[in-house]
Order: sequence, then structure tokens, then C-alpha cells
Amino acid sequence: MAKITFITSSNEKITVAATEGSVMELAVNNNVQGIDGDCGGVCSCATCHVFVAPEDVDKVGVASEIETDMLELADDANEYSRLCCQIPVTDAIDNVVFTVAK
Amino acid sequence: MAKCKFADAFKEEREKSGIGKMDDQGDPVVMLLNHKDVRKAAHNYKAFSSEAVPGRIVVPSEVNIRTTRQIPFEVDPPMHKEYRSLLEAWFKRPLQDTYKEKLTTIIGTVLDDVLSKDKVDVVSDLALVIQSRALTLLLNVPFDKSVKWISWGTHVFRSEGEALDGDKAAILYNYIDEEIDNAIANPTDNLYSTLLAAEVNGKKLTKEEVKGVLILTFAGGRDTVINALTNMMSYFSANKKALDYIRSKPEIIKTAVEEFIRYFSPLTHMGRVVTEDTTVCEHAVKADSRISLCWASANRDEKVFENPDEVILERKVNPHVGFGFSHHNCLGATHARQIMRITLKLLAEKVSDITVLEAEENIENLGEFTRKVGYNSLKATFKKR
Ligand code: FES
Repeated sequence: MAKITFITSSNEKITVAATEGSVMELAVNNNVQGIDGDCGGVCSCATCHVFVAPEDVDKVGVASEIETDMLELADDANEYSRLCCQIPVTDAIDNVVFTVAK
Repeated sequence: MAKCKFADAFKEEREKSGIGKMDDQGDPVVMLLNHKDVRKAAHNYKAFSSEAVPGRIVVPSEVNIRTTRQIPFEVDPPMHKEYRSLLEAWFKRPLQDTYKEKLTTIIGTVLDDVLSKDKVDVVSDLALVIQSRALTLLLNVPFDKSVKWISWGTHVFRSEGEALDGDKAAILYNYIDEEIDNAIANPTDNLYSTLLAAEVNGKKLTKEEVKGVLILTFAGGRDTVINALTNMMSYFSANKKALDYIRSKPEIIKTAVEEFIRYFSPLTHMGRVVTEDTTVCEHAVKADSRISLCWASANRDEKVFENPDEVILERKVNPHVGFGFSHHNCLGATHARQIMRITLKLLAEKVSDITVLEAEENIENLGEFTRKVGYNSLKATFKKR
């Protein structure tokens, strides 16, 4: 079971837990504002953009090439950006904090 | 069944030169064919503008049949963002459960009706009806408004054998004018009234601006949704096991829909006007000329998609550009996705077999390319489960 915290653009903190699925699905199921997951998680819409807390980068891992290409063209992207539909929920990301983009 | 195939019209040129060329009513277009080039150019609004003379960025150009600027589609950032943020919440309503329930009722009723007949035309009896009735939800207007839209047929501004028809376009524009006047006289909670009451940059939207949003809402989601639905039905006729498979694994509906959007690419391409002399794919393009972002070609780019000419219902990573890309990505995508997802779910539940009997393909002529984008008519039988 991984416990994950989202910080929305209105500074709301939401902590939820899950054992499977993607971080995007977890956010959508818990109505985290700003994560729409329009494309259902196939890396085509970028409505699941989050910033990983700097201290969590090692736990979360890096983006694939396709994800990087997508983020490269997102206006507000930076080195901590990820599309959270591409991050699976596992024990490895227990206690990680994601800030929702925009 | 060969009639159910959607070939990649751009493969050869995409691999050879990365660009295509076409003449569009004397205003030529350089088509970008590679996934990377298409996405980059779509993002670069400074070099490739959407804010030209109204109608010019559409291919075939609509400069001869309209003067109203479609909003937010024919506006560049930063102004584009002002309009877009005004519309975003409204166009995301299809994510709400109540909206989904209403859409489910609409689509279920159409499918039941189709199942009660021996033979139907998927285009006019199914796709057109679903699209028109679903639009009443998006606009938040009474259901019976759809009767008139269905009577217009699939093409409001196109007639047989003629790409663009000004008289037909006038029907839509006059209709929207009337509806805007009605909303001014009797404000309600529909999209017309909502827009009339809205402000952008501290100023009320003008009637012309409201009309610009509505023309886009009517026109942008018409052929595209109709093609997507129709083409999906032809796929099930050619792939007899697919419906059973989806029934046994309904969790794949979302990836299946994205894959259909990629494979069929209901909108072939969209133009931009070049603002300064530059190059695309090592090819010089002059200021004030046009390029097009060929979504259909990008969606078959073998450098990005494995087995691009195959429909893989469970394709997990699928960075398709079927809904466009970057700032101008399709405003109606949320609504379109819900229509597709619910149709697929209900099809699997209610239908055991779809068999195409006769097909009249809708072929686009784009300079050196010909592309099948859908069907003008698709006669088929639907069997109940
Ligand atoms: S949900 Fe669409 S890219 Fe992540």
C-alpha cells in the first residue's frame, strides 16, 4: 500500500492510498482538482501533468522518451515534471508528494 | 473486408521527404507529415499563426463562405487563453456523472432503434442521430432541437460533389443568429445565454464573438464525430471477435477509443499561416504562405507507433494527435470521448454482430494524396445479443 499526497493549485492537500493502477487514476478517482486524465492514461493529452517533489525524484524515476517529448512542449514544464498516468502506484513511491501543474 | 480498411495515404512521402504539397483553391499548402514536426509546429504559434483571415487556416479554405472568426480556434495566444479559460469548464462537463447518464440514455435509445430494424445506414440512422442528439447536452438546449439538425443531413456546409457550399453554410449561420437573438430575448442556462453573459478581459462578449464560438461548436464536432462512430462500426464488421473481446474486458474501452481515434484520425489536418520566412522539415516556407499539420499522417508515423497500421485495442502508450496538439487541442474532445466510450460500452452489451452490406467511401483529394476519411453511407445489419 502506497500513501500519496497531491497538492492542488488552490493549495489543498489530499493524501490517499492505493496498491495498484497509475497515479493519474488515483488522482481522478479521488477528484484531485487539475488532474483530468482525459485520454485515459495513454500519454496523449497531458492533462495529468504533475511536479515531483525534488526529494522524491529518485523514488519516482524518470520519464520515458515519449513522455519527455510530450513534456518538452508543455509551457509550464520543468525538470520535476511528469505525466502521472505514466507512474504506476507501487510501494516504491510510498509517501511521495506531487504538486498538480497549472 | 477491403472496404473496412483505412490505409495510410502518406507513408511514402512521410518517409521520403516529410512533407506533402497541395493546391487549395489557389492558396497552396505545405503539409507536415512527421509526428515530431507536426507537434512542434502546432506548438509554435508565433511562427505558425491561427489568427489569419477567418476561414484561411481551414483546409479546404473557408474564406469564401464565412467572415465570422471561429473562437478560440482562430485566435493566437495570449488572447486565445482568455477565451479558452472561459469555455474550459463548460466543455469539461461531460466528465460529470449526470451528463454521462443522459448521454447513455441517448445512445442506448438510438442503438435499440437500430436493433429493431433489418438494415440501417450507419451514417444517417446511427452516427448522425447520436451526434445531433448528444449536441443538445453540450449546448444544454431542449432535446427536440436535434430534430432540425438531423434534417440538415451530415453536411451542413458541404454538398455532393462540391467541397464548400455557401448557401448551405448560410443555413447554419442564420440558425445560430436566430438562436442568439432568442437567448437575448429570453435568457436561460444554455451555452448561448452563458456566453452572452460572459466577460473576457473585463468586456462582455459581442454577438459576433458568441457566434464564433457556436459555429465552431456546431461545425467542429459534426463530420468528425460522425466519421469516428461510423468507422468504428465498420471495424467491428471486419473484426468479428472484437465486440466479444471488449465485452469480456470492458476495462480496455478507454485505450480502445484512443486507438480508434489514432487509427481513423477523423480530422485529416489543420492549417496555419506562416508569419515569417522559415523552414519546415528542411523545406523553405515563405511568410504569408500556409502549412498544414497532418494529424492523420503523424498518427501513422512508424518512428512513434509500433505496427502503426494495425488497430491494437490495448495500445498502452499512444501519443496520438487525433484531437490536435498543444494550445489548440480539441475543445470538444471530452464530449467526443464520452460519446465514443459510451457507444462502445453499449455496443458490447447490446449487439452480437455488425455486418456491413454496402459501403460508399468518403475519399478526400489532397493534392498528390487521396485519403479515405470515412463513409458517405454504410449499409449494415445489427444483431441483438
Ligand atoms: S492522462 Fe492523458 S497523458 Fe496522462
